[in-house]
Amino acid sequence: MKWQKLFRAALDSILKNRMRSLLTMLGIIIGVGAVAILVSLGQSAQAAIADEIGGLGANLLFVSPAPSDAGGVRGQEGRQNEITMADVDALRQQSIELGAVSPATFSGGSQIIGGIGNWSASIQGVSPEYQAVRNWDIAQGTFFDQAEVDGRAKVAVLGQTVADELFPGQSPVGAQIRVRNVPFKVIGVLEAKGGGLGGDDQDNVILAPVTTVQSRLRGDNSVDVVFASAADPGRVDAAEAEIKAIFRSLNGISDPEQQVVDVQSQASILEFANTALNLLTALLGAIAGVSLVVGGIGIMNIMLVSVTERTREIGIRLAVGARGGDVLTQFLIEAVLLCLFGGLLGTGLAFGFAAIASALAPFEVTVGMDVVLLAVVFSAVIGVFFGFYPARKAARLDPIEALRYE
Amino acid sequence: MSTPSTATSNSPAASASGEPVILTRGLAKTYEGAEPVHALRPLDLQIDRGEFVAVMGVSGSGKSTLMNLLGCLDTPTTGSYHLDGVEVADLTRNQRADLRSQKLGFVFQGFNLLARTTAVDNVLLPLLYDRTGRIKKPRDRAVEALTRVGLEHRLDHVPSELSGGQQQRVAIARALVNEPAVLLADEPTGNLDTRTTVEVMALFQDLNDAGITILVVTHEPEVSEYCRRVVELRDGRLIRDETVEDRRDARRDLATDTPLIPLPE
Ligand SMILES: Nc1ncnc2c1ncn2[C@@H]1O[C@H](COP(=O)(O)OP(=O)(O)OP(=O)(O)O)[C@@H](O)[C@H]1O
Ligand SMILES: [Mg+2]
Repeated sequence: MKWQKLFRAALDSILKNRMRSLLTMLGIIIGVGAVAILVSLGQSAQAAIADEIGGLGANLLFVSPAPSDAGGVRGQEGRQNEITMADVDALRQQSIELGAVSPATFSGGSQIIGGIGNWSASIQGVSPEYQAVRNWDIAQGTFFDQAEVDGRAKVAVLGQTVADELFPGQSPVGAQIRVRNVPFKVIGVLEAKGGGLGGDDQDNVILAPVTTVQSRLRGDNSVDVVFASAADPGRVDAAEAEIKAIFRSLNGISDPEQQVVDVQSQASILEFANTALNLLTALLGAIAGVSLVVGGIGIMNIMLVSVTERTREIGIRLAVGARGGDVLTQFLIEAVLLCLFGGLLGTGLAFGFAAIASALAPFEVTVGMDVVLLAVVFSAVIGVFFGFYPARKAARLDPIEALRYE
Repeated sequence: MSTPSTATSNSPAASASGEPVILTRGLAKTYEGAEPVHALRPLDLQIDRGEFVAVMGVSGSGKSTLMNLLGCLDTPTTGSYHLDGVEVADLTRNQRADLRSQKLGFVFQGFNLLARTTAVDNVLLPLLYDRTGRIKKPRDRAVEALTRVGLEHRLDHVPSELSGGQQQRVAIARALVNEPAVLLADEPTGNLDTRTTVEVMALFQDLNDAGITILVVTHEPEVSEYCRRVVELRDGRLIRDETVEDRRDARRDLATDTPLIPLPE
């Protein structure tokens, strides 16, 4: 019953001084808003990445040459690890854990001429199995086959974006395009995969036989990465180990600690991205947390001023029978209420920002309930922490001096 | 007018019941400092239930010091003080707060109302801190107190909408609402004009007639003429304590005062 009355007195005092209350809350509004926004951004980005990578297929493995000295001091001769077409064939034949295996050779961003003009896209040389590994269907025409790879045929399969840009409203199948003066015949168009994270467009790609890209565009026999899929999605780790073992034996290395290739699974990429984003979220959260502490100090500052300004009021309360504890409680309740209101307004701000960010960012930004709860609890704690000192100062005032205060 | 008697004379007013509400023995206050100030020298004072006492004296004579001690706002340096049978001198801060809540009502020169707070909420303030639960319907009691001071038509007005006299009446209602054993007023008419002063004294006389014990600090002799007993301090010492003879009746003064307002030429 006592609490109820003091609560009302505190609420009264807040409502009777709206401007002062708002100014007091401002720091908390901004602080909580910033924390909620940044944590939500981090969480949403994480969810988007998980979605994105999950869409690639959980059993997908990337095999790339290991940095030359990885795995020990034995690479004294400074040997550069590389993957050859023969390695890819050996991998395909020897493995039992793998389903499909496709080499990939990249030819950077190239100018493509054809259709209605020119366009820049990334060229990837792959084998027919790439389609199975990436689980990527053809929308029009056909994919190239092994015979075309063996014959270094100048054929190409376009990503949806390239098809739309160079051949709007018409089918590119059968048309000619030129990549760095090398003519290719378009034999198919891939289904749309959608945009990747950060706006990179997976459909802005041209697939051609790996041999053709090597000989016509790159002028070497190198393989940049190998795409492989684990036969059993539940045995991705075993597949990874098998790939490393096969490459060791192909290179005559017996030390199981020394690696010729790095193997990354979808899971490990997801994990890495998560770790990076977690770190980023924590970092941003911490920076925003600093602003929250500054907001708390702002509350303390204004409450201290307010205690001075309200000295006479406190004197009156003490004179008519308030105990120091009553004054302390009232001021603490005021501080906590101000922080809670501020926290709620700040969370509201975050919701507003999330709506705007969702419209602008390539992924959906949502404010989670856990963030709201955290913000509210945290602001209450700040209220108690930074409100205590001013409240105690108020409670310890001498009634006679307080009443005399002008 | 009053006739002087000796400072030690024991002269309870006519309506006093002879039961001490205030009883001090050697009550003294010294402010320590570079040079100690003996604001109040050891004082023996008895005030009985139903008395109406004016405390007079020149500025700096110790009137407010005495009121603060009697009001349990301050602790004496030495001496004992019984308020309504309770020894106050050794009480803790909280116990003194509770005593103020239960037995005392204050009226100040500067009114000391909460700004932006209605009359009725101002009067309710002491009841917010009542720990005894003895007052059952606080709002009814506040309205009752405001009615008693003639402000039943101003319940929801905030101080800035009230005249000085009305503000002081709200303050008096606030001092009454907890049914105090003593009403302490430190220069309650100091900020008021002559007529409003008489109005406030009329209110005090009504309250005193209804049995409420009142102590008023003033340095206006006219104000003391409405009281029943006058004590005077000088340099922290009691130099006069006498019954007011021919006590003035504020109601009658107000009725006959009308011609004092000059007619426009
Ligand atoms: N907090 C204090 N510290 C030191 N000296 C004080 C303090 N309060 C009052 N005094 C001194 O005590 C003496 C009595 O002061 P007090 O306020 O009781 O006078 P007063 O009779 O109420 O005067 P006034 O009519 O001007 O209000 C004065 O000399 C004053 O300077
Ligand atoms: Mg004084």
